[in-house]
Amino acid sequence: MNIKLEIAKQEPLWNTNKNIVRFIFFIVIFLFLLPYFNTNSFYLHLMITIFMYAAMSQSWNVVAGMSGQISLGHGAFFGLGAYSSTFLYMEYGVTPWVGIIVGIFLSSIVAILIGLSVLRLSGHYFAIATLLIGISFQVFFQRWDLVGAASGLWVPLTETDSWYAIQFHTSKIPYYYIFLIFFILTFFLTWLLDRSKVGFRFRAVRDDPQAAASLGISVSKYKIIAYAISAMIMAPMGSLFAQYILIIDPDRVFSFDISIFVLLLTVLGGVGNVWGPLIGTIILIPITEYSRIWFGGTGGAIDLMIYGVILMLICVFRPEGLISMLPSKFLEREKKR
Amino acid sequence: MIILKVENLSKFFGGIKANENINFNVNQGEILGVIGPNGAGKSTLFDLITGYTKPDNGKILYKNKNIFGARPDVVSNLGIGRTFQKLKPFSDQTLLENVMIGAFAKENNIKKARDRALEVIDFVDLIEKRHHYAKELSTGQRKRLELARAMATEPDLLLMDEVTGGVDQKTIPGLVELLKKLKKFGTTIITIEHNINIIMEISDNILALDQGQKIAFGKPKEIQNNKKVIDAYLGSVDGA
Amino acid sequence: MTIEIILQAVASGLMMGLIYALIAAGLSLIFGLMDIVNFAHGEHLMLSMFSSFWLWSLFDLDPIFSIPITILLMALCGVATHYFLIKHILKAKMLVQICATFGLSIFIRSFAQFLWTPDFQNIKEPLLEGRIEISGIFIGQPQFYASIVCLVSFFLLYLFVTRTETGLALQATAQDRKAAEILGIPSDRMFALGWAIGLSCVAVAGGMMSNYFFIFPDVGLNFALFAFVAVALGGFGSIIGCLYAGIIIGLTESLGGLLIDPSYKLLYVFAIYLLVVIYRPQGLFGRY
Repeated sequence: MNIKLEIAKQEPLWNTNKNIVRFIFFIVIFLFLLPYFNTNSFYLHLMITIFMYAAMSQSWNVVAGMSGQISLGHGAFFGLGAYSSTFLYMEYGVTPWVGIIVGIFLSSIVAILIGLSVLRLSGHYFAIATLLIGISFQVFFQRWDLVGAASGLWVPLTETDSWYAIQFHTSKIPYYYIFLIFFILTFFLTWLLDRSKVGFRFRAVRDDPQAAASLGISVSKYKIIAYAISAMIMAPMGSLFAQYILIIDPDRVFSFDISIFVLLLTVLGGVGNVWGPLIGTIILIPITEYSRIWFGGTGGAIDLMIYGVILMLICVFRPEGLISMLPSKFLEREKKR
Repeated sequence: MIILKVENLSKFFGGIKANENINFNVNQGEILGVIGPNGAGKSTLFDLITGYTKPDNGKILYKNKNIFGARPDVVSNLGIGRTFQKLKPFSDQTLLENVMIGAFAKENNIKKARDRALEVIDFVDLIEKRHHYAKELSTGQRKRLELARAMATEPDLLLMDEVTGGVDQKTIPGLVELLKKLKKFGTTIITIEHNINIIMEISDNILALDQGQKIAFGKPKEIQNNKKVIDAYLGSVDGA
Repeated sequence: MTIEIILQAVASGLMMGLIYALIAAGLSLIFGLMDIVNFAHGEHLMLSMFSSFWLWSLFDLDPIFSIPITILLMALCGVATHYFLIKHILKAKMLVQICATFGLSIFIRSFAQFLWTPDFQNIKEPLLEGRIEISGIFIGQPQFYASIVCLVSFFLLYLFVTRTETGLALQATAQDRKAAEILGIPSDRMFALGWAIGLSCVAVAGGMMSNYFFIFPDVGLNFALFAFVAVALGGFGSIIGCLYAGIIIGLTESLGGLLIDPSYKLLYVFAIYLLVVIYRPQGLFGRY
């Protein structure tokens, strides 16, 4: 019997497929070199949008997929990040790089406060609470004169490209690299989180909070940690987005559509899996951007119609997401059926 | 040494007296069997001790520390582990992952947690199934999963709720052997059981409950001949 | 700030509250039966209002007369929702269930926008219009009758669920599906019935409101939010709780708007939700 035990102990901790690692490595190199081959503004914009939404969806994945708290108002942190850095820049000339850090800090505080207040809620109660909170942020910012109320904030343009103000007018390439790096950081950190003791405990809290408690896990503490981490991932994306489009208002950065979208992308790809958000994003964002070109004006309603249908179809036919269609040797942790 | 001392523990749910003035001690290293008809308040007692339900009054002294009203995770970190009557495995995770989560209660390093989990899984004789999803295991295997998971937290006191419930006859001797092995390791065990034979065989002491009250406490031989216990049990327990 | 103005606000809050109560009752019924929150409830309300509108616009039917048709249409919609979507996610995890009805709501809302444009519509010169006066307070006639109809419907619903055999069968299914099945109550049909009744409530509310409310694709959003709050406040699973909760919400919205600031009405109601679920998570009468 002990021989079996020794063999088991010799097994690697993770079922890492060397080919996948090499593949990812080459993709990353490719992404860094891409702007040298193709400076087409539309493609750069498409990639930037993919990087941004992949990171945003990963943020939702951390709170919903990894720790089981279904947030329907996650856009709130995106908006908070956007407004924090932009306001600091416009009022005090603080570089958005610092503004991003402030946004992260602020969002984590808000997340902790929200977490503490709705802590006792679970399931539907929690989902509805987050829905209300998300909308409240939008309503509140629409009426807050200090930050421009409904008109929002219009970032004063710098004359030339400026790394200090994170504004680039001649080309999208610097934006591309900034978003790429944040995207890689986000995924790397989440990947580490997934494999850490904290990640294991998140999954325990998600799957059975009572059992988790019997194993020494403080369910409230870990729920709040998950919520805070996810807010800290979301906020910088809002800040960077503000720098990208240079006009922010409550309808753009606190909109319900953002909350819908990050949920949709993650569920489509595979909730709870580190790669789920990426898969959902790679599939849906190009479709969205291209359909905007083809369908033009009525794009809004038709887009949403399709999203609604996709969501329903996934829930009925592939609730674990598209990633479940890959053979299991691509999955991170070894499992047997 | 007395590891657990329960004094005048009571819990009322509206008009129902789930537990009323329960008193008993458990010595370190022994096995206490808890018996009683359905509805006697056995699982409630476990919930009170492990913090899932707040007692109305009384004292729960674990290693001389009052843990009255402490949260379940606090209780677990003090060294009390438990299994549940209605099994609660992490269904979509593998056996190994389930037990690793238990190991993380005392271990921070992933490799060490994994190795510790493997040792415990080996102890309950399920090493071949370590990569199987919990939802695919049989009831008996899931019972062992839950036991392994609780054991991985290295508890000094282990509360087991109906470990042999719903398990087929041929698996039972294996489980009993496990309990005896555990005792040899020094773990104190409190076990709720319906199977009278098993209780008689392994317990050092037995606590008998009926309708929320303690009706008897003592060595197996005494309990076997206790009139109140026999009355309470007439025809309601499988065994002989 | 005279007594009249305050009483006006109380009256209007009360009337709106009764409508919220009926909408919430439909939601609560569905949840009680199968533990599924219909995140598309607001959109179903919107569909009822549009049904009323188009029956008037195309066939010259006054809302009062078209309500039975709207009820029938929405009941069929409920049954269809159950058989095409809900039935397949009954055993799924909560995340999946939430996303499914969430997806339905996105779909219905954008479909309405696509078909009927985001423009605001309204029914001109319905039979019920104008104001009536009750001891010095002026109340809109359509609002008044809407609230009365909703109140009556609420009680009919309550009587149905508690006094009729079918209603008791529904309750049995809600409490313990398998046990009810063993007794010969087919849960699949009970669920479909639950959806039919739940959406009929919305049909009545929407039909009556079409007399005086603007009708547009997003109109359901606010009502849905308030309905969620009402069900949570009253307690998930309690129908009578919806009545109290609906009234509380209606009064809060109206008095809060009067006494503090009308533009933050949503926030007052949300504040109530947070207070309730934090200090009394099971709501006023809830099972949990």
